[in-house]
Amino acid sequence: MNLLDDLEARSIAILREAYFRVSPLCMLWSMGKDSTALLWLARKAFFGAVPFPVVLLDTEMELPEVYEFRDMLQREWNLDYHNAMCPPESSVDQTLPPATRAAARKTAGLRELINREKYRGIIVGIRRDEQATRAKERVFSPRMPDGAWDVKHQPPELWDVYHTDVPDGHHLRIHPLLDWTEVDIWRYTQRENIPIVPLYLARDGMRYRSLGEKNITVPIASNASTIDEIILELETTRQPERAGRTMDNETEDAFERLRTGGYM
Amino acid sequence: MAVSAGMQPQLRVVAVGHVDHGKSTLIGRLLHDTGNLPEGKVAELMAVSERRGAIFEWSFVLDALQSERDQAVTIDTTRIWMRTPEREVVLIDAPGHKEFLRNMVTGASDADAAMLLVDAHDGVGEQTRRHALLLELIGVPRVVVAINKMDRVGYRQARYDEIRAELEILLYRMGVVPSAFVPMCARDGENVVASAPNMPWYDGKTVLDAILALPPAHRAEGGALRIAVQGIVRQDLRRIVVGRVESGTIRAGDELIIAPSRRSAQVASIATFPPSDKTSASAGESVGFVLDGPIFLDRGDVIADAAHPPPLAKRFRARLLWLGHGPLSVGDSFRMRFGTRVAQVTVAAFERVIEMDSLDRSGDSQAHTNDVAEVILASAETLPLDSVADHPGLARFILLDGVDIVAGGTILMALESDAAAKHVVPVAHQVGEATRARLSGHLGAVLWLTGLPASGKSTIAMELERRLVIAGAHAYVLDGDNVRAGLSRDLGFSAEDRRENIRRVGAVAALFADAGTIAIAAFISPYRAGRDDARAAAGDAFHEIYVKADQSSREQRDPKGHYKQARAGKIEDFSGITGDYEEPELPELVLDTTVQSLEECVDALMQYVEKNIAFGLAATV
Repeated sequence: MNLLDDLEARSIAILREAYFRVSPLCMLWSMGKDSTALLWLARKAFFGAVPFPVVLLDTEMELPEVYEFRDMLQREWNLDYHNAMCPPESSVDQTLPPATRAAARKTAGLRELINREKYRGIIVGIRRDEQATRAKERVFSPRMPDGAWDVKHQPPELWDVYHTDVPDGHHLRIHPLLDWTEVDIWRYTQRENIPIVPLYLARDGMRYRSLGEKNITVPIASNASTIDEIILELETTRQPERAGRTMDNETEDAFERLRTGGYM
Repeated sequence: MAVSAGMQPQLRVVAVGHVDHGKSTLIGRLLHDTGNLPEGKVAELMAVSERRGAIFEWSFVLDALQSERDQAVTIDTTRIWMRTPEREVVLIDAPGHKEFLRNMVTGASDADAAMLLVDAHDGVGEQTRRHALLLELIGVPRVVVAINKMDRVGYRQARYDEIRAELEILLYRMGVVPSAFVPMCARDGENVVASAPNMPWYDGKTVLDAILALPPAHRAEGGALRIAVQGIVRQDLRRIVVGRVESGTIRAGDELIIAPSRRSAQVASIATFPPSDKTSASAGESVGFVLDGPIFLDRGDVIADAAHPPPLAKRFRARLLWLGHGPLSVGDSFRMRFGTRVAQVTVAAFERVIEMDSLDRSGDSQAHTNDVAEVILASAETLPLDSVADHPGLARFILLDGVDIVAGGTILMALESDAAAKHVVPVAHQVGEATRARLSGHLGAVLWLTGLPASGKSTIAMELERRLVIAGAHAYVLDGDNVRAGLSRDLGFSAEDRRENIRRVGAVAALFADAGTIAIAAFISPYRAGRDDARAAAGDAFHEIYVKADQSSREQRDPKGHYKQARAGKIEDFSGITGDYEEPELPELVLDTTVQSLEECVDALMQYVEKNIAFGLAATV
């Protein structure tokens, strides 16, 4: 069993635990490489038919290629797809730096979705290597009724004996990809032949390494026009993955504030 | 950054030890010295420190949370990737503070190995002891001990030797055998990645080299089959059973037994997406499979191969870490999660509470927060209760009080097996199979060499014993000569006496295996029934080796002249000529001495032992 086999088997086991123990349940899908790989893992876990709704927290600010990709996969993979519209920017905390307001809109959109659908579990494709506060996450991570993450009082999580009971009104964030790295996702995408948004591949010396809203995500200089070249690039770069995400870089603790408030 | 070797499974290493002994600092330094920090990270943190009027610390790299920087203490476990040309290592930082013990345990429970940090000046602290004990409880099998802050003791070898000696005894008593001891200074990077010129008396590995030298985590693909059923996925007309293979291999056509119902079932096919012609799945895989006929199983059941069902019982001995706020007492009742099962259990008795300073048992019948206790837990229903030594993945549990986790622990052994006689209550050893194996580098085993007279069994057995012992293993040959001189001196050579002789040898060999020794039994043992009894006595530890040779080579060798005498009619019922010999149906290994030399046979056996029984022999001779 190699690295990717091991990661795949762990993630599938987590998805199955979530499905058999937490209800109602949905998965967030942003059409990025991570949540698309996660969707593929869910298809593998349940033999082709994803048994829970797949939800986009829609700010209407994704790049057009991203929406095209969504329409294609929704059709081809026969997904139970739901669009959750996020509240407008004018409704969020105006003391937040401008680049973090999209994230605040998504946080509010998710809160509304949970209140509306009474979800007890939200499957999210975050990884521990992306960002320092995500590195502290549990696989089954409880959230308060308002979506807040009590990072200082996280319950223990021992081996793979997961704890899935939360008080009424609380919910769980379920994180099947925590152990994966960015390059693992690419190697897996390549091995399994998982479709990707073409913006990840370089055109005219530029490519998107991480896809966010169009007004707050910038491409990086790169000549990696195939997945092989992306893998090679990642094995040698010392630039962090989210360097192109301006929201992470505005103040030292911007991301931590977002996450403890309920962001993914 | 170094290009990673890529496809090897991750090695997860947790850093543990007393608070302020330098865990986060060591991790920060390892990342820096291996070129794994993002560009500008150190500069950024230095700038932040300056803005706050603080002195830069390597631990800031990890303690990224705002509150942690303010308090300069690690609150929760975190992890970070270290790529090296050899393998991908995930470093898990765990808090040392007593009040954050639950987070330390969370970090460690996902680790394949540990780095135990000890401050050279302060020496072994309370948390050093506690963390070492928890490594044993959690089941982290490999430990590198880093004796940090050698600068504070003038890089003196005497101080290092003193701490090392103290720790060796301490760890030995907990059943932990360290892979290496490294004197170092994390802050200055001495013996972290590069060797330190100021400790010329030390010629061992650096911390990085000691980590990279750790063998990969052991997966029991060859062991008894175990799958905890996660559930059943209905698709079209198919009902697909899903779960992760804990050990062994499941194949289409296999006969299964389901616990605790003891029903049998047969595997019709393995299910995959996208569809494939896969017909088997091994330890570690998340599998789906379809059974022949109606399904009588559900989430929480344990699937095993028909030959190795899990023990079933209502009571068991457990070791646990008590995390509840109040004390734990006899009569307390909890929901227990283990495998994919939930059961209601009650504390029936306290065996001991392990006291941190002395590590001695105490007569308490209560455990307090953060105590480790051995207790008897009882359930109203019959449960599948594999022990942590046999199937760790199914023997680890959490106890729940309402929605709170109040304990984590392991099943040491099932008591009062339903199948066994009610009057026999086995007395548990204080030392388990895992501890013995860790000390010797191998499991206990019975290598049962069967075959016709003069096929070469004894010669092979003696040479195998010699090579195993030189390699550091505990091994001993049982053969006709040493058994009949004592154990079976009341027996003759009638068919009945020969059967009884084999039964005794099988039982004795099983005891040898239980004691951690590799028993090499060299007996003709012509009947399958007799060998099956020996297999039943030793269970998973039994390995049948069929030594065969064609008739002419046997008669040519005939070291004891038996063939000659039998030909002359002087021995009756001699297996080689007149008696029956039932060939093994599914031996674990076949040696053919007609075509293989003695050396080739013993080489094949040594390879078999290294693959299935031994994982850390001192040397292969």
